[in-house]
Amino acid sequence: MAGESHGRRAEGAARIRAKVRMAGMVMGTAMGTGLLAGCITVNAPAKPIVIQLDINIKQEVVYRLAADADKTIDSNKEIF
Amino acid sequence: MAGTGWSRTGATAAALTLAVAFGVGGSGGAAAQGRDPAYAAARAAGQVGEKPDGYIGVVGGGSPELRRIAEDINIKRRAVYAERAQAQHATVEQYAFTSGCRLIEQTEPGEKYMAPDGSWQTRGRGEPNKDSRCP
Repeated sequence: MAGESHGRRAEGAARIRAKVRMAGMVMGTAMGTGLLAGCITVNAPAKPIVIQLDINIKQEVVYRLAADADKTIDSNKEIF
Repeated sequence: MAGTGWSRTGATAAALTLAVAFGVGGSGGAAAQGRDPAYAAARAAGQVGEKPDGYIGVVGGGSPELRRIAEDINIKRRAVYAERAQAQHATVEQYAFTSGCRLIEQTEPGEKYMAPDGSWQTRGRGEPNKDSRCP
């Protein structure tokens, strides 16, 4: 009885090990697919890339300075 | 070091502004706009125009005389921009760009200005084509 039960238990353990191995394989495959799916294809844009050199000029700064710029222009008419 | 450079620029700009102010006072404000006649004529003829960066540019090839007029104006503008930019805690480029927005806005019909795409345009009756960041 005890021997039979031990044998059955060993058989069960072997089956579990096999299942774990299979699960590992499945996971590996899934990860491989995931890596492939994660590849990003970059296509060159049809329009040329325009790099704005004055990128540091933000609209909020322009709005803040506008009133002062108006005064400066008015008081230096000869150069504007 | 940077501080010394800035204050020197400021002092130069202030001196220039003063000199210009006295110059206009002395001439009795002959021209309505106070512009040098050669500069006024070049503007009216569309030989120079306002650029979005706050400076004037020579339209087309231009003559050495036109380039000299433009350079002279731009040196003086830069001095004023530098002084005001410092007072407003902004960069010269930011202040000049803002002034460019206003100057393009103020162009008279028939005068030239540069559109954001870099092309020279003749100001019409309507709104000029300005940078999207302009007020």
